[in-house]
Amino acid sequence: MDVVTLVAIMALLGAVAWLVVAPLRAGSAARDEERYEGARADLEAAKEAKYAEIRDAELDHATGKLSDADWRAVDRQLRAEAVEILQRLDELGVP
Amino acid sequence: MAEVGRAALILALGVAVYGIGASLYGARSGRADIVASGRRAAYALALLSVVAFVILEAAFLRSDLSFAVVAGHSSTTTPTFYQATAVWSSQEGSLLLWLTLLSLWSALVLFLTRRQLRDVAPYATAVLLGLGAFFAGLLIFLESPFDVLASPPVEGAGLNPLLRSPSMMTHPPMLYSGYTLFAIPFAFAVGALIVRRVDAEWIRATRRFALAAWLFLGIGVLLGARWSYAELGWGGYWAWDPVENASLMPWLIGTAFIHSIMIQEKRGMLKVWNASLILATGVLCLLGTFLVRSGILDSIHAFGASTLGGPFLVLIGAMTLGSVALVVSRRDTLRSEHRLDALLSRESIFLLNNLVLVALCFVVFWGTFFPLIAEAVTGQRAALGPPWFDRYTVPLALLLVLLSGVGPLIAWRRATAANARRSFAIPAAVAVLAAVALAAAGAGSALLALGMFVAGAFVAGTVFQELWRGTGARRAMTGEAPHLAVVRLIGRNRRRYGGYLVHLGMAVLFVGVAASSSFQDATDVRLAPGEQAEVGEYTVRYTEPTARLVATREAGLEFIELGARLDVWRDGEALGAMTPTRGYYPSQDLAGLGAIGRFFEGESVSEIALDAGAGRDLWLAVQPDIGALEPVIREGDAVFAQAAGGLSPQFEAVALAQTLRGLVDRYASEAPPAQFRLLTSPMITWIWVGALVVFAGGLICLWPAPDAARRRATAGLAVRVARDLGRVRART
Repeated sequence: MDVVTLVAIMALLGAVAWLVVAPLRAGSAARDEERYEGARADLEAAKEAKYAEIRDAELDHATGKLSDADWRAVDRQLRAEAVEILQRLDELGVP
Repeated sequence: MAEVGRAALILALGVAVYGIGASLYGARSGRADIVASGRRAAYALALLSVVAFVILEAAFLRSDLSFAVVAGHSSTTTPTFYQATAVWSSQEGSLLLWLTLLSLWSALVLFLTRRQLRDVAPYATAVLLGLGAFFAGLLIFLESPFDVLASPPVEGAGLNPLLRSPSMMTHPPMLYSGYTLFAIPFAFAVGALIVRRVDAEWIRATRRFALAAWLFLGIGVLLGARWSYAELGWGGYWAWDPVENASLMPWLIGTAFIHSIMIQEKRGMLKVWNASLILATGVLCLLGTFLVRSGILDSIHAFGASTLGGPFLVLIGAMTLGSVALVVSRRDTLRSEHRLDALLSRESIFLLNNLVLVALCFVVFWGTFFPLIAEAVTGQRAALGPPWFDRYTVPLALLLVLLSGVGPLIAWRRATAANARRSFAIPAAVAVLAAVALAAAGAGSALLALGMFVAGAFVAGTVFQELWRGTGARRAMTGEAPHLAVVRLIGRNRRRYGGYLVHLGMAVLFVGVAASSSFQDATDVRLAPGEQAEVGEYTVRYTEPTARLVATREAGLEFIELGARLDVWRDGEALGAMTPTRGYYPSQDLAGLGAIGRFFEGESVSEIALDAGAGRDLWLAVQPDIGALEPVIREGDAVFAQAAGGLSPQFEAVALAQTLRGLVDRYASEAPPAQFRLLTSPMITWIWVGALVVFAGGLICLWPAPDAARRRATAGLAVRVARDLGRVRART
C-alpha cells in the first residue's frame, strides 16, 4: 500500500469520525435547543397538513365531492384540530 | 485506488453497524445526541458509498483493466457512454449502485426529517442502515468490485452488445432508484409501528419519497419495455418475464399504497392496510433484487447464477416475519378511527382499486413463481406463458382503468343519487359516444379492447370535467381569468390534479396496449431477394441484401452487420426503404474458435427497422441465413490456423480484414433467402405517450407546495386558523 493510498484512507476515516462524533461533543444547551426545534417542527408540519386538509375539503365541496352537511362537519372538526395544534405551538413558547 | 475503494466499503459497513447501535440505544435511552450521531452515520454511509462508486466509475472510464470487474464488462474500445454505464451491467457494480442510491436517499430523508418524528426516526434510521450494512457486507465478502487481477489482460471483454442501448443503460438506475426510495417509507413504517405512533405523520413525512419511488420504478419498467420492443427482435414490449414481473410487483403494491394513504390522512382509516402495503412493497423490492441476482428463475434480464441467493433469502425472510409480527402485535393501535359511511363512496372506490391492484400483484406473483412451485410439488418445472397472465390481468386492468375514472367523480363519505347524476353524466356520455363510434368503426370484434377504449374515454371525460369544474370553482372564489385559474388550480392542488393526469396517462397507455395487442398483424416469412410479402395493409419487398464491417478508429473491427433493404408500400403508396440488420459480435472466448468463426459464435444483436406513428407502427426484423457462409468460414479458419505464428500481427490483422471483407461482399452478392419478422401494430406509440403523461402527472404530484415550509402562524387560535387560510386563499 503506497503513501497516497494510506493518506486517502486515513482522510476518509477522519472525515467519518468527525461527522459521527460531532453531536456527542455538543453541550446540553444545544441538545435542549434541538429537542425544542424538533417538537416545534413536528407541530408546524402538522399545522400545514391540517391547513392543506381544510383547503382540500373546500375544493371537494366546491366541486361536488362533499355534501353541504358533510363539509360543514368535516370543516368544523378540521378547524378544531388546527386550533389544538396552534395551542400546542403556543404552549411550546421559546426554548 | 482499488484499496481505497475497498477501505471505503469496510468503513461503510463499520459506520452502518455503529449507526444501527447508536440509533437504537439513543431511542431507548432518550439521548438526542446519540440519536443524532446515529443519523450522521447515515450521512457518513452516503459519503463512503459515493467515494467507492466514484472510484469504480473512474476505473471504468479509464479502462483500468487491473480491476477484474472492468476487464469482465468493458474494454478500451467500448464507447465512453457505455463505459460509464457498464458499471451496473456487472453484479458487483450494480450492487454498489444499489448501496449508493440507498444511502443517498436515506441521508436525504434523515436530513429533511431531522427535527420531525423524533420518536420514529431513530428506528427508521436503524432499518435504513441495516439495509445499507447488508449491501455493504455483500460487496465486501461476496461480490467485491475492487478485486484486482495479478496480470491484467491487454483488452477487456467489452459490454454485452445486447446492453448497448441507451434505454437499457438508464433502465437499471431507474429501477434501483425506485427500489431504494421505497425503502424510505418502509423504514418509517417500521419505526412508526415500533413506537406505536401510527397517525398519518410518518406518511406525510415520507409521501414524496413513496411518490418518487413509484415514479422512478415506473420509468424503469417502461424503459425495459421500450428496450424489449426496440432491441430484442421479437416485436413485443412485455413478455411476462420473471425479471420484468419482479419490478412490476412492488410498483403495483406501491400504487395501491399511494392511493390508500389518502384515506388514512383524510379519515384515519385503513391503518393496518397501509402499514401492510408498504411493508409488502419493501419486501417485494428486495424480492425483485433477489430474482435478478440469484439465477433461480430463467430470464434474459437476469445476472447469471450467483452465491447471493442465500443472504437475500435470509434478509427477505427476516423482513417478512418482522413485518407480520409488527402488524399483528400493533393491531389494537392500528384500529381505524372511522368506519365506511356507505358502500358507494370515494373511500369504497379507493378500497376496491386497492383490491384490484393487490389481485393483479398476486396473479403476477403466482405466474412468476409457478415454475418453482411446480418443481417443489411435482418435481418438474413448468412455466406459465403470456396467455395465462393475459387471462387474469386483462379484465383486472380493465376494471382498474374504469375505477380510475370513477374514483375522482364520487363523493367522500357517501354518494347520493343527485351527486352521481351531476358527476357521472358527462363522462358517461363521452364513454357511450366512444362506444358507438368504435363499434361503427368495427372495433366490436375485440370486446375486451373495445371495453378498454370505452373505459379510457370515460377516464378522459372524468379528468376534463374535473379540471373544468375545479377551474370554475376557483374562478368563483377568486375572479381570475380562465387561463390563470386553471394554472393556479393545478399549482395549488398538485397532488389532486397531478393524480388526475396520471389517471389520464394510464388510460392512454392501456388503450395503446389494448389496440396494439388486439389488432396486431404479424407474419414470419422467408424471402429471397426480389420476393415480397404482405402484412396488414403493407407490402414489403426484399430488394437487396446489405453487408458491411463496422469498425471504429480506436478499436478497429467491432462487428459484422448483415441485413436487408426492404421497399415498403402502404395500400399501394410507396413509403420508401427500411433496413433491418443483425450485428455479429466476435466471441471473446477464443478457445476452440477460428479467427473467422469467432465472429459468428459470439452475441448477435438485432437492429430492427421501425416506422413509428400515432396511428400505426411498422416493425421489421431480419435473421440472415449464415449457413451458406459456413464452408467459407471453415476454410478461412483453417487457413489462419495453418498460418498461426508465421505471420506478423500487423499482416495477420490485414489478412483477417481482407478475408472478412470478402465474406461480406460474398453475402451481399449471393445472399441466400433470409427469415423476416414483419409486424404492424396500431397505436403502440400511445403506450409511450401515455407513459410520458403519467410521468408528467407524477412530477406535478412530487413538486413541493409553494413556500409551505416558510409559512408561520403568529397568534390567535381559531381566528388565526381562519386568517391563515384566508391569507393563503387570497394569495392563491
